[in-house]
Amino acid sequence: MIVRVLEDGQYEIADSDVPELERLDAVLESALEANDEPAFHRALHALLEKVRAVGSPVPHDEIVPSDLALPDEHMDLSEVRALLASEEG
Amino acid sequence: MAFMKRLSGVVQAKANKVLDRVEDPRETLDLSYEKQLEQLQQVRKGVADVATAKKRIELQAQQLQAAASKLQDQARTAVAQNNEDLARQALSRRSAIATQLDGLRTQHEQLAAQQDRLVDTSKQLEARVEAFRTQKETLKASYTAAEAQTKIGEAVSGISESMSDTGLAMQRAQDKIANMQARASAVDELLDSGALTDVTGSSDPIQAELDKASQSSQVDLELAQLKAETGKGAPSALGAGGDEEVADAETVPQNAAPADPFSLDSGDGSAEPAK
Repeated sequence: MIVRVLEDGQYEIADSDVPELERLDAVLESALEANDEPAFHRALHALLEKVRAVGSPVPHDEIVPSDLALPDEHMDLSEVRALLASEEG
Repeated sequence: MAFMKRLSGVVQAKANKVLDRVEDPRETLDLSYEKQLEQLQQVRKGVADVATAKKRIELQAQQLQAAASKLQDQARTAVAQNNEDLARQALSRRSAIATQLDGLRTQHEQLAAQQDRLVDTSKQLEARVEAFRTQKETLKASYTAAEAQTKIGEAVSGISESMSDTGLAMQRAQDKIANMQARASAVDELLDSGALTDVTGSSDPIQAELDKASQSSQVDLELAQLKAETGKGAPSALGAGGDEEVADAETVPQNAAPADPFSLDSGDGSAEPAK
């Protein structure tokens, strides 16, 4: 499974690590729903840390689409909301 | 993966907008490559724009520093002349400048971070574009095989996604620049109007901010320091202080500037060496 971290790059994630990412993703999703900025940042940080720890960076000469995407830690909640809203109507 | 899937959908949708696919996949490859080269140029321009914006902030910080030094000297002169109200007003304005500098510092940091990320992103895109260039010829040559068609689809999707990500990075950089420009224009107006430096002026747009600042204990503290410094000397010696102010204003910013262009010395630091 390939995860893109925006403004960072792509990471290949082994199937065995997917359940943990799913758990962290759920925490992030609920922080987003609750519009809870500190919780959002904690959850995003945890998820990014995990992706970068267990994932192996996709080499730059390998051109593949991603299955999942994540903002980097510099995006705040309102920016992420705006980004999601920009295509989801 | 509710969140990551949603965001991925957004990125893909933007990627699809980047490139209109045409019927012959071989043409899609060429069109895609042209777009990639265009975008690389835009990114390079984007990086230059951020650098220009940063430079403008640095210049403004210097101007504000110079204004602050002048106010410090005016306050010193006013204290020597026993004009406490005028001294208080000058110090208030100086403290308003510190607030402006704080804002500039934050924006400068944001722009620097955005510039770093934009440079990284563009380097990645550059590497991928180069890889794409060599792969597309191979793919075109073996295009008739069904497997090659799948690979073409993947390569085009993959590179479009990178372009979409780069597009987002550029958009964020532009947003930051726009914020910076709004503030920079406001600071320019303040500097041009003379409101910051001319303590004898009656009406000015930062009066509200100044009123607040004049209540602050920082101003009281600085005023007390100036009095302690100057009060011991001859109170009437600075009656024709006009020339002296200019001379002092030139020496002080040189002391303050190298340390941190976005913060003012607390008052005693710049005052003592001149004594």
